[in-house]
Amino acid sequence: MHRSIQQLKSEGRLCDVVEMIPYAQFLGLECLNDPDLGLLAVLRQRPTNIGNPIAQAVHGGVVGALLEHAAIIELWNRFDMETVPKTVNVSIDYLRPCRNADTFAQAQMIRQGRRVANLRVEAWQSDRDKPVAAAHAHFLLA
Amino acid sequence: MSEPGRALMRLDYADNQVGNPVTGYVHGGVITTLLDTVCSLVAMSASPSVAMVATLDLRIDYLKPAKPGQPLFGQAAVDKETRHVAFIRGEAHHGDEDDPVAHCAATIMITERDDDGASLPQAEGVG
Repeated sequence: MHRSIQQLKSEGRLCDVVEMIPYAQFLGLECLNDPDLGLLAVLRQRPTNIGNPIAQAVHGGVVGALLEHAAIIELWNRFDMETVPKTVNVSIDYLRPCRNADTFAQAQMIRQGRRVANLRVEAWQSDRDKPVAAAHAHFLLA
Repeated sequence: MSEPGRALMRLDYADNQVGNPVTGYVHGGVITTLLDTVCSLVAMSASPSVAMVATLDLRIDYLKPAKPGQPLFGQAAVDKETRHVAFIRGEAHHGDEDDPVAHCAATIMITERDDDGASLPQAEGVG
C-alpha cells in the first residue's frame, strides 16, 4: 500500500487511495479535491446509512466514520505515510441532524508533534457555516 | 441482549468493514458505529417513557487494534440518567470485557413520550 499511496500522490491522484479501503466503499465515502476548498471527504447519500428512520438521519457512527476519514485524508496529504494512520482517540460532537443527503468534511491540523497529531474536523451538508458534526482526534504518526 | 440500563451487541467481522487493507483491521468507523448503537440502545432502555434518543457527543479511545476475523462485542451501561440527558459508558471487545479494544463515554439526549404515550416528538435527533 505504501507504494500505491506514494505513487498515486505523485500523480496528483491522492483521492484514488480511498478506493482501496473496503469500508469507505461500503459507506460511500469519497475524497474530493475542490478547487476552492482543497481536499474534502464526502459521504454520499445512501439509504443504508440511515440510523434513525423516524428522523431520516444518518447513523451517528457513520458520521463518525466520515470525520475520521477526513482526518486520515488530511494526514495522507501532509505526510508521506506508508499506510492508514492509527487513531488514538476521537471525540465527536453531534451538532445538528445529519439528513439523508451528501455530507462533506474537512480536517485541520491543530498540533503536529513528533509522534502524535491532533486534528479538528467539521462536517456539513448544504451550508458550511452550519456544521452537522465536529470532532477532534489524535493519530499516531509513527 | 439487553436489560434496563445495560446492553450487549455482537458484530461479526466482514470484509466490507476493513479500513486497512494491508493488516485487515476494521475501520475506526465500524467501532464508532457499534458503540454509538449500543450506547443509544442503553439510553432507550433506561426508562419506559423514552420516545427518542440523540447522541450529543461520543468520545472513543482506541486501546488496541481489533483482531481481523474475530467478532466484536459492544457493551454499554448507564452511568447516570437525568430527565433530559443520559451519561453512558461502553466498551468494545472480542468476548473478554476485561480486555477491551476500545472504550467510550457517550452523552445522549433523551426525549420522553407524552403522558398519553400517543405521539412521538418532533425529530430533533442529531446522531
